[in-house]
Amino acid sequence: MDIKDIIKPENIVYQKTKLFTEKPLSYCPGCGHGTAHRMLLEVLEEMNIQDKTVGIAPVGCSVLAYEFLDIDMQQAAHGRAPAVATAVKRLMPDKFVFTYQGDGDLAAIGTAETIHACNRGENFTMIFINNGIYGMTGGQMAPTTLPGMRASTCPFGRDTEIMGNPLKITELLAQLPGVYYVTRQAVHTPNAVRKTKKALRIAFENQKLKKGISFVEIVSNCNSGWKMTPNQSNKWMEDNMFPFYPLGDIKVPQLEKV
Amino acid sequence: MGELKLMKGNEAVAEAAIRAGADGYFGYPITPQSEIMEYLMTEKPYETTGMVVLQAESEVAAINMVYGGAACGRMVMTSSSSPGISLKMEGISYLAGAELPAVIVNVVRGGPGLGTIQPSQSDYFQATKGGGHGDYRMYVLAPASVQEMSDFVKIGFEMAFKYLNPVMILSDGAIGQMMEKVVLFDPIPRRTPEEIEKQCPWATTGKNANRKHNVITSLLLDSHEQEQHVFKLRDKYERMQKEDVKFEKIQCDDAEFLFVAYGSSARICQKAVDIARAQGIKVGLFRPITLFPFPSEELLKLSSQIKGILSVEMSLGQMIEDIKLAVECKIPVNHFGRTGGVIHSPGEVFEALKSTYLGG
Repeated sequence: MDIKDIIKPENIVYQKTKLFTEKPLSYCPGCGHGTAHRMLLEVLEEMNIQDKTVGIAPVGCSVLAYEFLDIDMQQAAHGRAPAVATAVKRLMPDKFVFTYQGDGDLAAIGTAETIHACNRGENFTMIFINNGIYGMTGGQMAPTTLPGMRASTCPFGRDTEIMGNPLKITELLAQLPGVYYVTRQAVHTPNAVRKTKKALRIAFENQKLKKGISFVEIVSNCNSGWKMTPNQSNKWMEDNMFPFYPLGDIKVPQLEKV
Repeated sequence: MGELKLMKGNEAVAEAAIRAGADGYFGYPITPQSEIMEYLMTEKPYETTGMVVLQAESEVAAINMVYGGAACGRMVMTSSSSPGISLKMEGISYLAGAELPAVIVNVVRGGPGLGTIQPSQSDYFQATKGGGHGDYRMYVLAPASVQEMSDFVKIGFEMAFKYLNPVMILSDGAIGQMMEKVVLFDPIPRRTPEEIEKQCPWATTGKNANRKHNVITSLLLDSHEQEQHVFKLRDKYERMQKEDVKFEKIQCDDAEFLFVAYGSSARICQKAVDIARAQGIKVGLFRPITLFPFPSEELLKLSSQIKGILSVEMSLGQMIEDIKLAVECKIPVNHFGRTGGVIHSPGEVFEALKSTYLGG
């Protein structure tokens, strides 16, 4: 039996989603970005809205997201994706619009754009990858770097006396009336992946209903930036990131009514 | 013949945006140009033409909204004044890099820093040499009247879409605030989404089965690709130089001396020409209307009959560098101008000409 005998339609259990381009992912092996991309694309494919969707890529590891997603995409200046998306959605209100940003982009340089787009209740979906580090530039301290966590610009660990505290931007945004749905998920286990996909689906369904901002944080690993193996990084994430950034829904409208 | 109105320069910009069929305006208040957004919010074009008007949280957000809208092939614009324009420069560089059409109005005030709210022309370098980082230029129009504030919005959009490049209307606090008669051009309907997709096949309007996905980016990691991209931009700027230089010559035919001035300064120099002519001194005014591309060729042609040029700017002298390059140092070029928000008078300009070239 050779490989041609195995690759048959009836034997396929898993394949590339149609909405991925042919471009190989540029992410480090073990990184959560690829899985997060895939869940996003599966949702867009299942909702059959590829032709109605415009995405905004950030500056950071996912700066090249537009190369992998077979979606009309714009690459925004560092931190400005929510401002860019604001105009896209307002000028084309019948399209689905999403931003995809990392922690430095969304919660440091772009804090003003993030908060004000959320506060205006712009009707788009925000996807926030939080790995507590600047991966693209080589592992510098992020706004979400944990106290004591090491990075190249806090080589002895984040000293909150000197460097300030990590910013729980997601909890902060949940306070704003323009924000409809806020959840924090992960993509390191099959169960977490399923939950993330469900959250993304809700986020895009909300957009269809013109509900305002739906915000999906995905706590992810950065094995390269954290200087760990992928497995070590996932374990470290569970032990250290999740206690500080607990997974689960933070703002769900139905629950609020109760 | 369009509608005749008495308007402020800033109001004329706003009215022209609606009439030009603009899809969106994104701005942030700053003196002396806040009337632009105030006028739009009062006129509510979102209820008539469907034009989006939004007050952003900052100039930075506003220019990035312009980026997002332009990337969808929409006719979008912003306006600000000097300190705010500095903040927009990052976004303008991205617009140029990503080859996006947009109109940016700068109603210049005196600087540096927070400076003053009074009129100035001290942002010439910033406007004409790119302003933000990287190898790029904006197409820069310099209105000298309320009429031109209106007309240049329309021309600005035409140029922005012709070259897929940001266009700056470089005005100043005097032109923005003063009231004059203006003949408004007839309204042009906004393009339909279908027309936009036809005109802008590159726009991010949603990927369909008939084409590849559209991507708007200014990122080219391979330096050789980046170089080729910059060469492509250069070709556009050279084409602007060939096809779309604009200028005005006033009493230049027999002139022995020349004022070169744009915007408010050109209006003042027009009076100074009259004063000089009344005393028998043959002076003309050369008014660059596009500051980039600069009307170098025409100025060089003119220089063969000229004994001296006085560059009159409300700054320490910025355009004078382009004038010197244009005339290839064949004739004397000197500067006169008040700065920091002070406006020179026609008399001062005339005295400056006399003391510079006629022995006082």
